[in-house]
Amino acid sequence: MSRYRIAGRGRVDHGAPISFTFDGKTYPGLRGDTVASALLANGVHLMGRSFKYHRPRGAVTAGSEEPNALIGTSRGPGRFEPNTRATVQELRKGLVTESQNKWPRLSFDIGAINDRAYMLFSAGFYYKTFMWPKSFWDKVYEPFIRSAAGLGKSPTEADPDRYAARYLHTDLLIVGGGAAGIAAALVAAKSGARVVLVDENPELGGALLSDPGVTVEGQPAWAWLDASLAELRAHGVRLMTRTTAIGYYHQNFVGLCERLTDHLDTPPANAPRERMWRVRADQVVLAQGALEKPLVFDGNDRPGVMLAGAAQTYLNRYGVRVGDNPAVLTSHDSAWYAAFDLADAGSRIAAIIDTRSEIRADLLDAARQRGIRVLQGHTATGTKGRLRIASVRVNPLRGGTVGAGREIACDALLMSGGWTPSLHLFSHTKGSLAWDADSNTFLPDRKTEACQIAGAGRGLWGYAPVLADGVAAGLAAVAALSRSAGARQFAVANDRPGSGVSHTELPTDRSPGKAKAFVDFQNDVTAKDLRLAVREGMRSIEHVKRYTTNGMATDQGKMSNINGLMIAADALAKAPPQVGLTTFRPPYTPTSFGAFAGYLRGQTFQLTRKTPIDPWAEAQGAVFEPVAQWRRAWYFPKPGEDMHAAVARECLATRASVGIFDASTLGKIEVAGPDAVEFMNRMYTNPWTKLAPGRCRYGLLLGEDGFIRDDGVIGRLANDLFHVTTTTGGAARVLNMMEDYLQTEWPDLNVWLTSTTEQWATVALNGPNALAVLKPLVEGLDWDDFPHMSVAECTVAGLPARLFRLSFTGEVGFEVNVPARHGLALWTALMDAGKPHDICPYGTETMHVLRAEKGYIIVGQDTDGTVTPQDAGLDWAIGKAKPDFVGKRSLSRPDIVAGGRKQLVGLLTEDGSRLEEGAQIVLDPNQPLPMKMVGHVTSSYDSASLGHPIAMAVIEGGHDRMGEVVHVPMPDGVKRARITSTVFYDPSGDRLKA
Amino acid sequence: MLLIHCPYCEETLPELEFAYAGEAHIARPADPSALSDEEWRDFLFIRTNARGPHFERWRHIHGCAQFFNAVRDTVSDRFLMTYKAGAPRPDLSPKEDAE
Repeated sequence: MSRYRIAGRGRVDHGAPISFTFDGKTYPGLRGDTVASALLANGVHLMGRSFKYHRPRGAVTAGSEEPNALIGTSRGPGRFEPNTRATVQELRKGLVTESQNKWPRLSFDIGAINDRAYMLFSAGFYYKTFMWPKSFWDKVYEPFIRSAAGLGKSPTEADPDRYAARYLHTDLLIVGGGAAGIAAALVAAKSGARVVLVDENPELGGALLSDPGVTVEGQPAWAWLDASLAELRAHGVRLMTRTTAIGYYHQNFVGLCERLTDHLDTPPANAPRERMWRVRADQVVLAQGALEKPLVFDGNDRPGVMLAGAAQTYLNRYGVRVGDNPAVLTSHDSAWYAAFDLADAGSRIAAIIDTRSEIRADLLDAARQRGIRVLQGHTATGTKGRLRIASVRVNPLRGGTVGAGREIACDALLMSGGWTPSLHLFSHTKGSLAWDADSNTFLPDRKTEACQIAGAGRGLWGYAPVLADGVAAGLAAVAALSRSAGARQFAVANDRPGSGVSHTELPTDRSPGKAKAFVDFQNDVTAKDLRLAVREGMRSIEHVKRYTTNGMATDQGKMSNINGLMIAADALAKAPPQVGLTTFRPPYTPTSFGAFAGYLRGQTFQLTRKTPIDPWAEAQGAVFEPVAQWRRAWYFPKPGEDMHAAVARECLATRASVGIFDASTLGKIEVAGPDAVEFMNRMYTNPWTKLAPGRCRYGLLLGEDGFIRDDGVIGRLANDLFHVTTTTGGAARVLNMMEDYLQTEWPDLNVWLTSTTEQWATVALNGPNALAVLKPLVEGLDWDDFPHMSVAECTVAGLPARLFRLSFTGEVGFEVNVPARHGLALWTALMDAGKPHDICPYGTETMHVLRAEKGYIIVGQDTDGTVTPQDAGLDWAIGKAKPDFVGKRSLSRPDIVAGGRKQLVGLLTEDGSRLEEGAQIVLDPNQPLPMKMVGHVTSSYDSASLGHPIAMAVIEGGHDRMGEVVHVPMPDGVKRARITSTVFYDPSGDRLKA
Repeated sequence: MLLIHCPYCEETLPELEFAYAGEAHIARPADPSALSDEEWRDFLFIRTNARGPHFERWRHIHGCAQFFNAVRDTVSDRFLMTYKAGAPRPDLSPKEDAE
């Protein structure tokens, strides 16, 4: 065993050794260790290199606020995770870890040259150093910044782990399982309320785990803890460890991320790695404790310099002495206790250096008893040591002047600048903070949520007041729940009360301009950077933060915010609350993407809607495309065919004989009721009154702004019943719009709207032989009264059907609707019946080509939300005699009737090449850059039937430019294209009449 | 995630069940053709953009599918009340006097 590990001490299992590797070297550790505690037990302080200057760094904390000791961890392929805090990652068998941001190795890092060139990297260096020339950005600056600065490397493989998600409803959620949280839970548990107590650590207990010498209710702290947790369990309190409250949202909605397997040697197969809990609590108690502040002085980042509270935790929880002769540098009483614990455990304390001249007598006595040298009223002005601290330079402070310095040898330096209440979650709720001038910190003030804040989280110190405050918070929560519980008192002996003072940078006798006194360790921001930012004009803390990057690292300024504020306020000669505090935002600690995604990934990211005919298409080897949430057959390639060949064949076969198409995804809405026709007249542009039952009509739907929203063929089945079809993607929007008008504008209309999209399977037959295929299968229909644009209820292949005669191809066409459960039967019946005519199944791409050849628009492709019926050449669909319909008034707005609007036209290239959809159009290709763009290509296809490509486009004043030549700049040169009608195929429409 | 009270279901339910539907109490003019271009423009595009209580429409789209009205404070993002479509705009001023 290493000389830094104390046999039998701490909460680690000394009978369960575990080995792990760090940068390829194997180290021994114990069950219960973190990577940091195990490395420290082996005398390893150097754990990483800093972000900007590549300075050697060690663990400065023992918790999730750690800024320095970031490591990569791995558990096989795809399971590499960068930027894991060594202070949080628990040891497991065979854990592989590595340091980050170093080359070639941690102890000798070429990037450390940045440390010498620090003047280049001062505040705002991103804005100053990398400004010009512009051409250097891509080739020189960005690669340099990316390789030199940075955290760990992102994994490149997909994450193979599973992540879970749960909802939880509870009466009381307590965040933080330290003394205050446990006291609140003990009280509340007896009220009968449902109570949940969460803590980010593997064990509940908080600071008590690091203070075993404290006595509560006559028991040693750890025994009291065991008894208390047993009591909570007996009352049914849900205790959750390794669970971080990452965000506090509206109406007491709290996100918890529970880590389930990272600490296990062998995770159970298929067990989720993390679970996101979405908790709704009637009451919340925030008992998050406080975070210790570093002191800001030259060389305060050297490995071996750490927070005194962290050293106390390593000793008492992990049985690890962080050094043989540590020095202590503090402005708060709490660090004295850390010194005493270490001295009692066998370390020789080099000195306790306190910036204060007045020290509590009992602390001085306790130091004297242990023979510890005490330097009151002293400052620290530097440290030495290459990869580990070797000495600290201290100077007396007398009447505001800094006396002569001297070196004190040490192998660790335990610092404490006091404690900052952890108010992150409270800040998430937009609760306001009030500056407390006595403690130089912000405390919670006005609350916006039903919550209580207890303990060190609101500035209290010492176990007796914290436990009492937890009781008070528990009682307040219980009262707010309209329940009752008895008060409790927890007698505390050997308490560790404390107070302290706050500093900006510690006073120094050296040039402050040369000091590397770090405020934000993770982003390498020094006190000098903050003062420079103020000198260069930054006045708000928000500006100082962004200019220097103080508090912008992954630790979100947990340690640096208050020190940064104190220094910025000092530089501005303002009180800290006048300078302000930056906003804390969720998540509290870095959280994996997997935890947020939960089950919503891969196949379960979004549902895939499939038609009843989808299995047939899949069996045929169709290639699918996503349309809205549907997957639709795109084309049906035969062996050896690419998409181009398959689509050309499908188009020709349909025009030559008959094609069959699955149109089931079309939106369908049934509009029923005595006022159905009035409703349709008001919603759609077209007139409906005179449409006889049994006939159908193309319907055009506008927004109130006059722009096209949707279209589709609408059949009138009876005086009071319309079968409306919508675009595939527009179905839900159209129903929502209809419901909106019906419920809120015209509640007097007696109309019922029903979505029937999924109730009907729809099969389209198109082509000169469509009638021949269909007719023998139809019963109950009078063919003599069934011209183009008719609808009837009949049977097709013995199935109940709504049969439409319409065309989206320019050929004779039908759409057969049957109840969805019969969709596949209908399809196979039609395929069988079509065999003699070489019936050809076609997909959405052929559907697009066939409709484009006829100039039929696709809403959302040829229109974009700024296209009016006139723009699209659809004036004919407007019922001009109707007094009103949605959007009618807008069609006479000044900017709608003004000339020069983009209008839909056809385009044919002179060289017969195909244009790119989205390509911009110009009138004069020789004009200077930037050219004036007059429109763009909306649809473009190769037309096998015509033997050349066709395109549609919206062009300014296009309807008045027929026959003119426009220019389309394309990657392979500017194309000349002639403006034409949008109807390319069978302009006379003879084929429909066949 | 907000909790929203549906005045038709008379239940307070998660925001996920609802969809926002724009400012409330903007009735479609009975005869749009009688409106000047400026009046029609205002109906189409001009909205309150309130700082504080905002009268707005929501739809219980994954529930009863009814549109209803709500008063939400745009500063705190809190719902002050919800009420059925067609009900008059509630008068908030007495409450403000009381504060």
